Amino acid sequence: MPTASIAGREVTLNDEGFMTDPAQWNEEIAAFLAGQIGIDPLTDEHWKVIRFLRTDFGEQGETATIRRVSTMAGVDTKALYSLFPGKPARKMAYVAGLPKPKGCV
Amino acid sequence: MTTSEGFIAPKFDDDAGRKLAIICSKGTLDMAYPGLIMGNGAVQEGIELHLFYTFWGLDVIRKKTIDKLSLTPVGNTAMRIGPTSLAMPQTLGALPGMSSMASWMMRGKIKGLGVPPVHEFIRQIADAGGHLWACRMSVDMMKLTQDDFIDEVEDIINVSEFLDLSRGAQIIFV
Repeated sequence: MPTASIAGREVTLNDEGFMTDPAQWNEEIAAFLAGQIGIDPLTDEHWKVIRFLRTDFGEQGETATIRRVSTMAGVDTKALYSLFPGKPARKMAYVAGLPKPKGCV
Repeated sequence: MTTSEGFIAPKFDDDAGRKLAIICSKGTLDMAYPGLIMGNGAVQEGIELHLFYTFWGLDVIRKKTIDKLSLTPVGNTAMRIGPTSLAMPQTLGALPGMSSMASWMMRGKIKGLGVPPVHEFIRQIADAGGHLWACRMSVDMMKLTQDDFIDEVEDIINVSEFLDLSRGAQIIFV
């Protein structure tokens, strides 16, 4: 499994480039990951989504879907697609250092 | 300055330019969902989506019927009793109230999975940039107009317009 050093911290990544250990994540890493996929800077709205995903993952043990984020984090679907354009579900999970969501909606 | 070594970034543009068109021809509660679930999945992956509603499928996008979709156990040999392999007896399925009970049960199961009701699901897809169309011939046959449809339906189009829109798309018939 590839490892990388980001912001002076060792992180393990899967073959796609997603972090495999959510505990290695911090906000500096999030900002770096976001920059790598063209999201720069991270705004308060991005952070609202990222913090929800982190908290929810801690409670549920799996990454929230778009549907879950839009109904529970107070950021609607349209906003999610403009904050994380193209592939919002994957991109927000990536920046939050979490696995891709398993749910379909 | 944040630095990194040995870093790989995921490819998030591998579906760029991809298109999906789903022809939705069924108007029952159970058959409304396949198109919506696949379509929603597609827009989440950045894939251009066109949902084309035709014939019975128009019930899914009509204001008067969208919240009243139902399914019947009659003639459906895949309808089992609970999680068993026992088929629901066809005569039992034909009793009064069985369709509404089956529909009620299915709505509950859909909700339990965190999947939204049909209209809310369509709004979510439209908000994400997915397109909805109604079939001209079916609309004329049923004597409907644009006003009969929910706002998310962009237009009533004919087959050649649908073929223009779906040029280069993968097409699925439901």
